[in-house]
Amino acid sequence: MTSEDKSNLNGSAAIRTENLCRHYQMGEALIRAVDGISLQVRSGEFAALLGTSGSGKSSLLNLVAGLDRPTSGSVIVQGSNLATLSREDLAKHRLHTVGMVFQSFNLIPSMTLMENVELPMRFAEVDRGKREGLARKALDRVGLGARLRHRPTELSGGEQQRASLARALINRPQLLLADEPTGNLDSRTGTEIMNFIREFNESLGMTVVMVTHERALAERYAKRMIFLADGKLIDDQANLTAVSTGAQSGGGL
Amino acid sequence: MKLYDSTELALRNLRESLLRNSLTTIGISVGVASLVAMLSLGIGLQQLAARRLQKSGLFDTVVVTSRRDLRSYNREQEENGPAPAESPVLDEAARQKIEQLPNVLEAYPDIRFITELHFEDKPHLSMVAGLPSSAKSNDAFDGMQGKFFSSETAPEAILQKSFAEELLGKTPKAGAEEVNVADLAKPLLGKELTMQYAERTASPAVAATNNPQPVEPGNIENSLGAAYSVVSHQQKLTIVGVTDLDPDSMRGPTRARIFVPLRLAESLHVIQPSDLRDTTRAVGSRPAYSTVSVRVKRSKDIPSVEDAVKKMGFNTFSIIDATRSLQQFFAVLDLFLGIFGSLALAVASIGIVNTLVMAILERRREIGIMKALGASDGDVKGLFFAEAGAMGIIGGLVGVALGWLIGHVINLGTNVYLKRQHFPPEQIWSVPWWLVISAIVFSVIISLLSGLYPASRAARLDPVQALRYE
Repeated sequence: MTSEDKSNLNGSAAIRTENLCRHYQMGEALIRAVDGISLQVRSGEFAALLGTSGSGKSSLLNLVAGLDRPTSGSVIVQGSNLATLSREDLAKHRLHTVGMVFQSFNLIPSMTLMENVELPMRFAEVDRGKREGLARKALDRVGLGARLRHRPTELSGGEQQRASLARALINRPQLLLADEPTGNLDSRTGTEIMNFIREFNESLGMTVVMVTHERALAERYAKRMIFLADGKLIDDQANLTAVSTGAQSGGGL
Repeated sequence: MKLYDSTELALRNLRESLLRNSLTTIGISVGVASLVAMLSLGIGLQQLAARRLQKSGLFDTVVVTSRRDLRSYNREQEENGPAPAESPVLDEAARQKIEQLPNVLEAYPDIRFITELHFEDKPHLSMVAGLPSSAKSNDAFDGMQGKFFSSETAPEAILQKSFAEELLGKTPKAGAEEVNVADLAKPLLGKELTMQYAERTASPAVAATNNPQPVEPGNIENSLGAAYSVVSHQQKLTIVGVTDLDPDSMRGPTRARIFVPLRLAESLHVIQPSDLRDTTRAVGSRPAYSTVSVRVKRSKDIPSVEDAVKKMGFNTFSIIDATRSLQQFFAVLDLFLGIFGSLALAVASIGIVNTLVMAILERRREIGIMKALGASDGDVKGLFFAEAGAMGIIGGLVGVALGWLIGHVINLGTNVYLKRQHFPPEQIWSVPWWLVISAIVFSVIISLLSGLYPASRAARLDPVQALRYE
C-alpha cells in the first residue's frame, strides 16, 4: 500500500480506480461499458453505484470483483492491482477479498443451503471438520438455522438471498459487492436484506459497494452515492440522509 | 480445492444427471469389456497352447544321439564335432551322466523296434516303443480310452488309434467319417496281444552269470558281451488303452503305434539296429542306445542342457526354435485383439467428451457461480477431471466384470461344442490380475484424456458471460 492510500482519515482506500476502462467489441460497434472512471472507496464505506441499465455500474462492479479485467487503467483493491494479477491470483482475490451477492441469488440448485455455504470453503481448502460448524453459524446468523438441509428451490426469494449473503461472507472478505441485491424481492423482504447488509457494514466494518437503479434504496442505506452514465462517472455525493442502525457508528462521514 | 472435495462434488454432479452419465459410463464399460474379452481370449489361447506344448513334451525334450549313429538328426553338427569313430558311446553310463546334468528331470533311452504282433491269431507288423511313466502327463493320453500302465514293468500295451483300427480290420477309407476311439477301444480293452521279438542274449560262455536286471553298468559288460546270440521270444501283452492322438508324432516315419512300459521294453533286451552295426565295427562290448530323450525342467533350460550334452560329445536335437516363433505369433495376435478391443473404448471416449461438453453447456451458470465464489481454473478443471475419472473408474470396473462374463460365456459355449465333438473341456480364456488392473487403469487414462478438452474449456469460461447465461 502506498502512503497515498493511507492519506484518508477513515483509514486506507479499499478500492481505488484510475482511468479505468472496459471496452467490448460487439460486431462493428465498440461498447464502452466503463470509460475512464477514477474513484476511491475507503475501507468501511457503504457506497451505492447508481445509474440506468447500460450505464456501466455492473461492469464496474465486475472489475472490482475480479470477475473481469480492465481494457486499460488500473483497479486496486486492498492494495493489489487486479489488472496485473494472474488468473490464479485473481481467483484468490474473489475467494478471500470479496464476497458477492447477485440479483438472481446464484445459489447452486442441486446443493442444500449448507453445501452452498460450504462451497467457498472447499475452494479455500478449509478443514472438513471446521466447515460444517462455520456454515451452520453463518446460516444461523441470517436466520436460516432451521433450513440447513433445504435446497434453494424450496425457499422464498428472501431466504435465498439471505443464504447467498451467508455464503458471500463465509471466507471473511473485507469487501461485500452486491449487484441489485433486492431487484428480485418485494419491498418487505428487500428491506430485510438491506438491514443485514447495513449490519455487516456497521458491525463488521465491511466495505460495501452496492449496484442499484433505485435511488430511494440508495438514499436510505448508502452513505455515498456514485452516479454513472454511459460508462462515465457523472456525480459522486455523500448521502447524509442514510439511516444508521445505531448498533455501532463506525461509519458515517 | 482438495482432491477429496473435487471427487465429492464430481460424484454429486454425476448423480444429478444420472441417466446421461450412466449411459456414458455404460459406453466405457462396453469398451473396456470388449478389450478385456478380446485380450483374455488371446491370453487364454496362448496359455492353452503353452500348456499343450508343455504336455506334449516337444518343448521340454532334447533328443540325444551318438555321433557314431548314421541316423543322426543333425548332420551339420557332425562336421564340427569329433569324428564319428572317436565319439563316445551312448550307453547306460552316458545316460546316467546326462541325467545328473543341472535342470534335467530325466533321461531315458529310446527303445523301439519293429516286430510282429499276433492278435486273434492274425499277424500285424508294427513299431513298438517303450514309454517312461512320466509320459503319463503327455496330453496325447488326455483323450485315451482305458488307463495308463499299472506299473513300469507290467506286460501291458497302449495302442495308437490307427493300430487299433488295423487290429479290428477297420482301416479307414478316404473320405469316410472318422471312427470314434471309444468304439474302437470297447472290443479291444483287456484283450491279449502276443508280441514276437528277437532277444539279444549273452553268448553261452557268459550266460551263467547273466543278470536278469539290465541296470548296474559295471555288470553289463560282463553279462552282455560283444558276443551274443539272438533268440526268438514271445511276450503276452494286455491291451490297457487306446489313444486317439499320436504320442509319438515327433518321430516321423519311425513312430510307433504300440507302446509298452519302458522298463519292460528294456528288460526284454530286444536287439537294436545299432547292435549289429557296433558288432561289425567292434568298438565296444556294451549295448548302446540309439537315442536318449532328455526331459528338462523348463523349456528355457533347453539351450544350456543341449550345450552340456554336446560337450559330452553327442548330437542333440530340440525344437525350441519353434516356440519362439509361436510366441511371436501370439504377440501379434494379442496386439490385433487389443486393437479391436480398444476401438470400442475409443468410441466410448468420444462419448465422454460429448457428455462433458454437454455438461459444460448445461452447467455454464454453475461454473460461473463457482468462479465468482473464488474457484480457480484448476478447481474447475479438477472438477471435470474428477467427473471423467469417476466415469472411467466405474466404467472400468463394470467393464472388467462384463468382459469377464463375456469371456466366461464364450468359454462355456466352446466347451459345450467341444463336448459335443467328444473332446475334453478346455480353458480357452483367462483373465489374469494384471489384465484386470491395467484395463481399469487404461479406462481411467482414456477417460482423463477425454476430459482434457472439456475441462480446459470449462476452466477458460468467462465468469461474466457464464453468469449472464440463463
